[in-house]
Amino acid sequence: MARLLFFGKLADAAGARARQVKLEPETRTIDDLVAVLGDEDAALGASLNEKSVRFIVNETLASRDAAIGDKDEIAFLPPVSGG
Amino acid sequence: MIRVCTDPFDPGAELSVFETKAGAAGAVVSFIGKVREAAGDSAVTGLYLEHYPGVTERSIAEIKEEAAKRWAIDDVLIIHRVGELGPGEPIVMVCVAAAHRRDAFEAADFLMDYLKTEAMFWKKEIREDGEAWIEPRDADYKDAARWKDDEEE
Repeated sequence: MARLLFFGKLADAAGARARQVKLEPETRTIDDLVAVLGDEDAALGASLNEKSVRFIVNETLASRDAAIGDKDEIAFLPPVSGG
Repeated sequence: MIRVCTDPFDPGAELSVFETKAGAAGAVVSFIGKVREAAGDSAVTGLYLEHYPGVTERSIAEIKEEAAKRWAIDDVLIIHRVGELGPGEPIVMVCVAAAHRRDAFEAADFLMDYLKTEAMFWKKEIREDGEAWIEPRDADYKDAARWKDDEEE
């Protein structure tokens, strides 16, 4: 199972801050995963497709075409705002 | 030192410890960011700050390392609250010790600009008329961009 983490407004869009999902073998990249999530929930898909969203795979920043696997922790980050 | 904490902190006590530890460093600069009481016309009743444990601390460490490359600084303290905060509570504190004041001022200014726009925090404002996730203002990005031009300094 892969562990998905959603932060900030993306947790609101996903309805949860964390999800466990079984990644099918054809879900090879973050882009593929976003497409799968978007098929289940179009509004969430649109939120995850915003240009400002960044991705972290196993605690390292990753691009949309980064390879992912069924044991990975994949985080979706909206624009940060500290201070 | 970098500290991300859910409990309130006492900026005066923190500064006192930092300043004592700084010993004979010629300059100590401190900044405290606090929860504002209003957003536009609406009263702010609280803030909620979220972070990504481990990743957030590393993002702050990278910002601190960048500051240490650019300025001659002796020591840095960064404290950042997460969780629920009320109006008037300190959110963030940055202290810099250096031999000379210009390095201390500029490094503290840089650290705050980057904490606002690069560190992994997400902030929700709880107002009388509802809740809203906050993103950096254009002014915040402009402030951070000031430091891009002299990257090779």
